[in-house]
Order: sequence, then structure tokens, then C-alpha cells
Amino acid sequence: MENITLTIDGQKVEAKKGMTVLEAAQAANIYIPTLCHHPDLEPYGGCRLCVVEIENTRGLPASCVTPATDGMVVRTCTPAVDAERRTALELLLSTHPFDCLVCDRRKVNRRCTPYDVCLRSVAVTDRCVTCPANERCELQAVVDRLGMKSCRLPRVTRPYPIDSSNPFFEIDHNRCILCARCTRTCNELTGIGAIEMAYRGFSMKVSTFGDKPLFESICKSCGECMAHCPVGAMSPKDAVWPEKEVKTTCPYCGVGCQMLLGVKDNKVVQIRGERENNVNKGGLCVKGRFGVVEFVGHTDRLTKPLVKQDDGFAETTWDSALEEIANKLSRYKPDEVAVISSAKCTNEDNYVLQKFARAALGTHNIDHCARL
Amino acid sequence: MTNSIGDITDAACILAIGTNTTEAHPIIGWRVRKAARHGTKLIIANPREIGLVRESTLWLRHRPGTDVALLMGMCRVIVEEGLFDKEFINERCENFDALKESLKNYDLDTVEKITGIPREKIAEAARIYATSRPAAIFYAMGITQHSHGTDNVFAVANLAMLTGNIGKPGAGVNPLRGQNNVQGACDMGALPNVYSGYQAIPDPAVKKKFETAWNCTLSDKPGMTVIDIFEAARKGKIKAIFCMGENPVLTEAQAKHAEEALEKLELLVVQDTFLTETARFAHYVLPGASFAEKDGTFTNTERRVQRVRKAIEPVGDSRPDWLIICQLAQKMGKKGFDFNDPSQIIEEIARLTPSYGGITYERLEKGGLQWPCPTTEHPGTSILHVATFTRGKGKFMPVEYRVSKELPDAEYPLILTTGRSLFQYHTGTMTRKVRGLNAFLGEEKVEINPQDAATLGITDGEAVRVVSRRGVVNAKAKVTDVSPVGVVYMTFHFAESPTNQLTNPALDPVSKIPEFKVCAVRVEKASTPAKKEKVAAKHR
Ligand code: SF4
Ligand code: SF4
Ligand code: SF4
Repeated sequence: MENITLTIDGQKVEAKKGMTVLEAAQAANIYIPTLCHHPDLEPYGGCRLCVVEIENTRGLPASCVTPATDGMVVRTCTPAVDAERRTALELLLSTHPFDCLVCDRRKVNRRCTPYDVCLRSVAVTDRCVTCPANERCELQAVVDRLGMKSCRLPRVTRPYPIDSSNPFFEIDHNRCILCARCTRTCNELTGIGAIEMAYRGFSMKVSTFGDKPLFESICKSCGECMAHCPVGAMSPKDAVWPEKEVKTTCPYCGVGCQMLLGVKDNKVVQIRGERENNVNKGGLCVKGRFGVVEFVGHTDRLTKPLVKQDDGFAETTWDSALEEIANKLSRYKPDEVAVISSAKCTNEDNYVLQKFARAALGTHNIDHCARL
Repeated sequence: MTNSIGDITDAACILAIGTNTTEAHPIIGWRVRKAARHGTKLIIANPREIGLVRESTLWLRHRPGTDVALLMGMCRVIVEEGLFDKEFINERCENFDALKESLKNYDLDTVEKITGIPREKIAEAARIYATSRPAAIFYAMGITQHSHGTDNVFAVANLAMLTGNIGKPGAGVNPLRGQNNVQGACDMGALPNVYSGYQAIPDPAVKKKFETAWNCTLSDKPGMTVIDIFEAARKGKIKAIFCMGENPVLTEAQAKHAEEALEKLELLVVQDTFLTETARFAHYVLPGASFAEKDGTFTNTERRVQRVRKAIEPVGDSRPDWLIICQLAQKMGKKGFDFNDPSQIIEEIARLTPSYGGITYERLEKGGLQWPCPTTEHPGTSILHVATFTRGKGKFMPVEYRVSKELPDAEYPLILTTGRSLFQYHTGTMTRKVRGLNAFLGEEKVEINPQDAATLGITDGEAVRVVSRRGVVNAKAKVTDVSPVGVVYMTFHFAESPTNQLTNPALDPVSKIPEFKVCAVRVEKASTPAKKEKVAAKHR
């Protein structure tokens, strides 16, 4: 693709033709704040945080919807830009709990913990410490980055009930900043179209058709909307933050989505889609995102070898189970034994099992349930 | 798949036949939907009004089991109207004349009669498919699970070759594999007639190679398929079965037979993560570690080998499956099972399997690799058959339309077809442990058209009994237009409603896949007394 050069904050920046100014800046590691933009989605130009000054262009265009052109001269922080951003952010904050965001005690990367005594008279549910997105919140990050110290607008509350009808995640409209990432995700990415931005002005909210609870809508519960929400307005019901993440492949269907297993205390606690691959590029369906944690850690998991006795199964040791099976298997002729392998197990498991059938038991009686 | 998930959006036309993609392969379903919204012409051929119909340019609602007629009818239109790719056929294919000859039987009047689709629609589908290039075909078990499944697959291939839609980005013949690692299990030789990489059992050179590598004597005799294994077990010929991670009691057609077979066994060892319906029959149950507790690889539907990584220690005393088998083999005094780590297993796989020759864990760190990947320098293959077919020339296959083995009659007036739900997986061993998924679909629902429901006096949510010549299953009715008149639909996720006790075990003669997609049933209100004797008598 054709390359172009533009100047951003005095720095010469190479970009590909067709990129927006925001993309060109991001590619060159130049920070422009944004909350509604997401690389998975079409440019939207909703939050007005990404405004910039462009020479020979009137006004302050939103960089996420402005195509970069050769020779363009862009300034990302001028007094006019700052003022415009501050106003846009204040408008956003006025409908979101903001006391914590502009609290004196806040330092970059350090916020109150649940045991700190709050210095302000803020309802508990309005504090960052009680938000599931705390410290992972893009709004916090933008406020910190822009050094907001106060909000000139009064807080407008639109007390909405929390929609917790979905078994896996809930929507707290009171934390929503109306960026429309979720609704665009559900339309553009999954094509399901279960949610839309409904109503106008202060009444605007994320809503299903007919404003029904999400569970009663056409939602397929993939949780993609939640994964794209920049704040804590959509969050998993059993949020446990992992200590580490391990990249692996989804155990369900043949698409083979790449996922990150979040682990804490030797338990899988959370699943995220992995973005750097050509299969799912971060996307997951309901089974992949929400169907793994519970089955892996389920109390019904088999934990000991079992042997059948007259009155049912009894636990036994690996040594005696394997010993007994080995003895019994050795008694049969190759034609009397068969092995069933599994389309759920790994290639390595399958390879070893077919080798076992062929080389150890001497039979090609091996198959799996692929046909079914 | 001959092609890749990544090039779905390059297709100018997608024909999705026998796949409910958004339910069974959701992420691929999203891609197809996205393509359709950006101008790709989407043709859906499915008796049921599946999710993608909303996005489709054309919906062909053919009768279950009439795919051959539909596809060959489309071929005929393409040939008659000269829309085929002459150059491709001349250079890459053979047997074109035989195909043309066989198309004589598929005039659109006949095809309309068989499929129930108006002839203009069939012609339009053929024209769209032939003139929008590249065009991709996607199919799943709606094509393969028939007593004539192989014919269906041939018909699909005919259509693609006729239009030169092979070996190009955005084109291809793309079967979507159901379970996460069906592709890999086949690749690894978990099949009765081939070693890993589809190396044939009867081939003496292959035998020699494995005998040398494994240091043992191998049998020349191909083995039995699962279905034959169960039949042999029922007759007492197979006496011992070692079963890893499968639940045949729920997946086998006419599942009662599988149960009988298991009861007869002298030794049944089941290795799984949960005490499955099948494990209850076992003499020994060995706890396997889950995918989160072991290292390894899965191969997805586009032939991409991807890493599975151990995230946590095995739960309780469970062990990775490969390790259990190795330890068992060693207890039997067998050599060649002293693997300490799956990376050693993949080395042996690569050494003995040409298509996996270049696959190492080290390379997979940078992302998945699509086989064939013969050497460590090879980048993998995203599109198959680019310059030639595996067998050289692509052979057109004249196929004859054969009706499904069991059609509705007065006693069993409805067709039962089966499929998968988005919210459950296979026999539910994993997904039914997830409460939230059960909230979406926690029990079997028999989907039935409002017209049929009215005739039978069945209301939505009512308990019904589905009866076939082989069994009776209880479930709740879901009255919906998604099912056409005369067809009911069930999944096979629920042990309480074991749908496969109803299905017909008639096999495709080549692939040995049972006819899960068509059998004759009747549906009764559960509140009426059952006519038990008849079913029981047939079953004995
Ligand atoms: S969970 Fe998925 S389907 Fe449901 S609203 Fe969110 S993005 Fe849409
Ligand atoms: S719920 Fe989240 S993603 Fe959706 S509009 Fe509100 S803040 Fe944005
Ligand atoms: S996340 Fe969904 S679509 Fe992806 S592999 Fe898992 S089950 Fe399939």
C-alpha cells in the first residue's frame, strides 16, 4: 500500500494511505485520548476526545474519522484542543460517578483500596473501589492522562436498574459513558444486533429491542459487547482478576479460537479472546468465553481412578488400576480388543493412543466419534 | 477446509449448505455474516430457517436428504447456460463428459419435484454461484450425515470444480468440522484404516516405516470403525474396549445398541474428565486432565495446528491422557512409550507424518501452522489444490440421487433431523456443567412447525414423546416456523432425551457415517398413553 508522510507534533510520521489521523498517531506511539474508538470497529467520532488541530483545516476535527493525507500537519495538544477535550470529558463525567476520578488522593496507578477511608461523601456504589473495572478502566486512564482535577458540571444521575438477566454478565447503565462501543460491536462484529443506543439526549441508553432484559432479547450471550466496554458498565458477574494469563486453544468447536486462560491460585478464573491471530482475532462465542471456567473447576471432576465393584465404583490408586488393566488387556487377542480415541483430546493424546492400539495391542481397531 | 477462515470475506459468493454456521461454528458464522453485509452474495440451502437466512440473498429450503438433486440440478443449469470454467476443466479436471451425461437425470422439473424448491430459484442460485467469483462452499454434517453422504460431498465438489472455484482465495470446498479436534484426531491416525497423516494401513512401505520406527510387528488388517466395534462387541467378538474421552452412549445412532454392547464387555476402561453416561458402564474409570491442565496441540477446521498450553496443575489425581496411556503401555512392558513431555511426542509425529513434518512447538510459539507443512522452513498451506489436486486431476463424479433410507409413512409421518445448539456442546459433558449455559438451553426441545403442532394438538412447551422404529424419547415441544412442515428437529446434547436412540444407523457405504439427518418419527402428546409393544417388539 502507498506510504504517506505527515507531521504530528513536529514529528515526521510515516503512515499507510487510508489510515486515519488517529491510527497514524497510534502507529507512531503518539498519544491521542479516545474512548469511543476501538480498532475492531468502524470509526465513530462520538466522544470528541480525539480532537486535534490540523493546519489549513477549520475547527477541531475528530482524528478518528479524519483520513491522514500526505504532508498534513497535525497538533495533538494545543490550548484549544485541551479546552475542547476537557469540555467533552466533563460532559462524559457528568453522567458517570466522578468523585473518585478527580479526588486529590488519587495518584497515577494508585487508587484507594476497599479498606481506605473515603475522603469524600460519595455513595459506596459510586466509588472506583467498588467498580469491577477499577484500574482497568479506560476512563480512569484518560482522566489521569489529561490530569483532570475537577469537574465543573454537576453530576446527573439517571438511576437505572441493573440488568442482571444474563447469567454471565450484567449491565450497569449508571456507569455507562454512551460510547456505543457495545452496540457497534454487536452490530458490526458479531452481526447479531441485539442492542442499540435508544432514546435521545439525557435519556439515551443502551437498550434491547423493546427495552426488554438482555436475556429475553435475541442476544447470544457472546460477551463481545462486554469485552469492548471501556468502563465498568458491562462486567462479568463472577469477576476474579487473574494473576497470570496463558494462551491456549478453545476446547469446544472446530473453529479453534485462541484464548487467554486467566489463572489465580491454580484455578482458571477468567477467559479472554486472544487478538494476535488470524482465526478469531480476539472474538469468542458464549461457550468459549463463559463455558470454560465452570467445567474446568467443577466439583464433579474425576480426581481418582475408580474400579467397579459389586456395589458401584470404589476409588483406587493409579498403580493398582494401571497394573490390573495392563494384566487384563494382555490376555486378549488383537482381534478381541478395540480402542476409541477422542476428537476432544490433543493430537499428542491421539497419536499416543493409536500407537498404543497398533504397537502395544497389535490391532488397528481404533476409531473416534468424528463421524457423529 | 480447502481454504482458510481468514479469506471468507474475500468470497464474492458463499453457498452454505447443511451448516447452521452461527450455532455450530459461531465465529465463522460472524465472518460469513460480515461478508454478506459487505456485498458477498449468500446462498443458504437448508430445510430449517437458520440464523443466516436473515442475511441471505437466496434461501433454498429443500427437503431433508435431497442435496444431491439440488446440487446436480445447479450443475445442470451451469452446464446448459455455459457458465462453467472451460479452462479450469480442461487443465485441471477429468471425466467431464461422464458428468454431463449424468446431468441428464436432473432436469429442473425433476429437481423441483424432489427438492420442493421452485425451478426458477434453483436456476437463480446456480447463476449467482457460477457468475460471482470467487465463490466458496461451506458445509457441515448436514451434508455428511446421510446414507448417501459421500454422494453429497461428490456433488459439492462437482459444483466447485465446474466453476473453477478450487485453489483460489475466497473460493474452495470448506467442510466445517464439528468438534475442536476432529481434524487432529483423523490426522493422527485415530482411524481404523490409516496411520498418522492418512498413510494407508495396507501399504507395505508404510507398514515397514512404522515397524522400523516403533520397533514392533504391525498387523496388515485394517481395523473396525466405531460402529462395527460396537456391533462386534454386541456379538461378543470384541471383549475389551479402551475408551478415551468419548461418550458413545449418547453419540451412536440407535444408541441402545451401544449400551447393550458395553454391557456385554468383559473389560471396559473409560478415561475422561467426568463420569459420563458411558463411564458408568466401565470396569475402570481413569481421571484425565482437562485441556487447561496439559500441553499439546489441536488442529482446527482450516487444518491449523495450534498450541494447547498447561495453565494449571491437573485437578486432584488426574493425569494428562497421553501420560496415562504411556504409563499403561509401560506396565504392559511395551517399548516406545517413554515420552516425558508432549514436545517429544510432536517430534515423533513430525518425523513419521509428512504433512506435519515441519511442525514444532518452537514454531507454534509464533502462531498456528496449517498443514501440509512438510519441513521446518515451509510456511504452511493456507489454500489447498492451488496448482494440482492431491490425485493429479480433479475427477468429476457422476452421482445418482438416492432417497434417504427411511422416509415418513402413515405410522411415522414426520422427518426427524438433528443438529447442534450454540449453548451446548456435543453430549454436554462439559457444557452442562455450566449453569449459565443451561439457562439458555437446559433441556431438549423438539422443534415442530405450527401447522404440524396444530394437527397434533400440541402447544408450545408441552411435553411430547418422539417415537421412531428404534426408540422413544421424551422432550418438550417448541413450536416454531424454523422447522418446515413435516420436519422436526432435535439436538443430541441431553442424556435425559437421548435423541440418538431414535436415529437411523443406516450407514454411508464409504464414509460409514450414519444417517443422523433423516429418519421417520411420530410425535405424540406425552399425556396420551404410549403404544409401547410395537417399538419394543421391533427392538428385540
Ligand atoms: S453478548 Fe453478544 S449478542 Fe449479546 S448484546 Fe453483547 S455482543 Fe450482542
Ligand atoms: S455499556 Fe460500555 S460500551 Fe456500551 S455504551 Fe456504555 S460505556 Fe460504552
Ligand atoms: S469460542 Fe466459540 S467459536 Fe471459538 S472455538 Fe470456542 S466454541 Fe468455537
